[in-house]
Amino acid sequence: MTDTSLKGKVAIVGAADTEVGILPGITPMELCVEAALAALADAGINKDGIDGLVTCNAMAQPLMYHAEAFAEYLQIFPRYCINVGAGGGTTFSILHHAASAIATGMADTILIVMADSLRSGLSREQAMLIQSSTGHPQFEQPYGPTVPAYYALIAQAHMAQFGTTAEQFAEIAVAARAHAALNPAAQKRDPITVADVVNSRLIADPLHLLDCSLVSDGGSAIIMTSAERAADFPHQPVYLLGVGEGHSHEHISQARDLTTSAAREAGERAYKMAGLGANDMDFAQLYDCFTPTVLVELEDLGFCAKGEGGEFAASGALRPGGALPVNTHGGLLSHCHPGNPGSMFALTESVWQLRHTAGERQVADAQHALVHAQGGIMSSHTTLILGREVH
Amino acid sequence: MNKTLPPMSDLAEPYFAGARDGQLRLQQCRGCQQYQFYPRTICSHCSGGELDWTTASGDGVIVSFTVVRRAVSEAYDAPYVVALIDLAEGPRMMSALVDVDPESVAIGQPVTVAFAEWSETISMPVFNLV
Repeated sequence: MTDTSLKGKVAIVGAADTEVGILPGITPMELCVEAALAALADAGINKDGIDGLVTCNAMAQPLMYHAEAFAEYLQIFPRYCINVGAGGGTTFSILHHAASAIATGMADTILIVMADSLRSGLSREQAMLIQSSTGHPQFEQPYGPTVPAYYALIAQAHMAQFGTTAEQFAEIAVAARAHAALNPAAQKRDPITVADVVNSRLIADPLHLLDCSLVSDGGSAIIMTSAERAADFPHQPVYLLGVGEGHSHEHISQARDLTTSAAREAGERAYKMAGLGANDMDFAQLYDCFTPTVLVELEDLGFCAKGEGGEFAASGALRPGGALPVNTHGGLLSHCHPGNPGSMFALTESVWQLRHTAGERQVADAQHALVHAQGGIMSSHTTLILGREVH
Repeated sequence: MNKTLPPMSDLAEPYFAGARDGQLRLQQCRGCQQYQFYPRTICSHCSGGELDWTTASGDGVIVSFTVVRRAVSEAYDAPYVVALIDLAEGPRMMSALVDVDPESVAIGQPVTVAFAEWSETISMPVFNLV
């Protein structure tokens, strides 16, 4: 039987972020170039060392042929070149496709690069309208839901069904800030308390301002190659051990279930490929556009039972040094959130953690990580399991 | 600035015509008898292609809601309540709760449909607490 599993077939050999936060005067394309060159340097290769390219479009600078435009800018001529859009899930659905492209010989070494300028390239009004247009144009958008409102519907349902509290959601933001305090690159680093979160103004009940992720500019890139070639690169390779996707709906009013997401299927598929379980993970990077997103993901990815996410978060498990450090860079809540590229920063952080070069915030002896992203309104999910060794 | 108006389509015309006449209309599958929302060219349960427009009871229950405190645009007056409603016929829809104290809304409360005129040609189904 042919082994069609991607387990251990590819590795990340280069990773870099641009500066993040508020970066006026630099376009998303320029941020992409900066991130790409830094990732190539990290991998110890020049632009001729890549033959595959994946990008995602930028809301602040939409281009019809984004990947081609980037290739032209950098003057590279890849044999595999694609621009992918799946909202916040883009980063890891791209990784899944790129891994498959390497395994099937479509490309040897792929550059994945993304950037956007949600903060400086769009007005607040523009950013809000673009993002809320994820709602159904005929049957949702007319009622005026905002992106926080869509996620608030999930949070309210979880509270009613399981007794989850605003303070438990708040702890997720507090833990993210505690990680960010250890990360010099993070946009927000001043420690916050549960009281700070629940006393910040309500945006869409039960979500307060500090339950919501940042709006940022920034870019990030990684280089991925086959496991065989990875040995020739200067850094400890970070291997893809498992990957899985789950897709359940686009519009929240059509979701199969408000409190259980397709993260469950994505996680089960990734664990099965890796031959590992939730207990084997030394840390996790979970998509955190809003605090309830993390809580549902903790449950659906098997870190605690359904309905116990609030208690699990409130135990302090997610904080630095906790039982399951989550979003060790500070996440979308405190590191940065430039839109679709958001999860790239969770990926580059995971690379540094698994190389054991994460400095003050290093998770001791980290061997395995689970990295999860979702797009839409808990719509499209991809789970990655990464590790230092293939076994 | 105007509220976001739904773009018209031939398929959804009976739905919006119903709303103008004070009726909440749903598609019902002639094959499996199930109701669906939103309207489609096929039944989302059995993929059958024969769908009839029927007038729904307008009764439902709140399955989730949020009070939007920061409006999506200047056309909307915050705070306003966006809710997911399970209709008595089965389908779930998003709507707004109107003429209500946001602090008094709870999951599980029964609601009934009303219609809000948003333009000369568009009325939107909204809901009141029973």
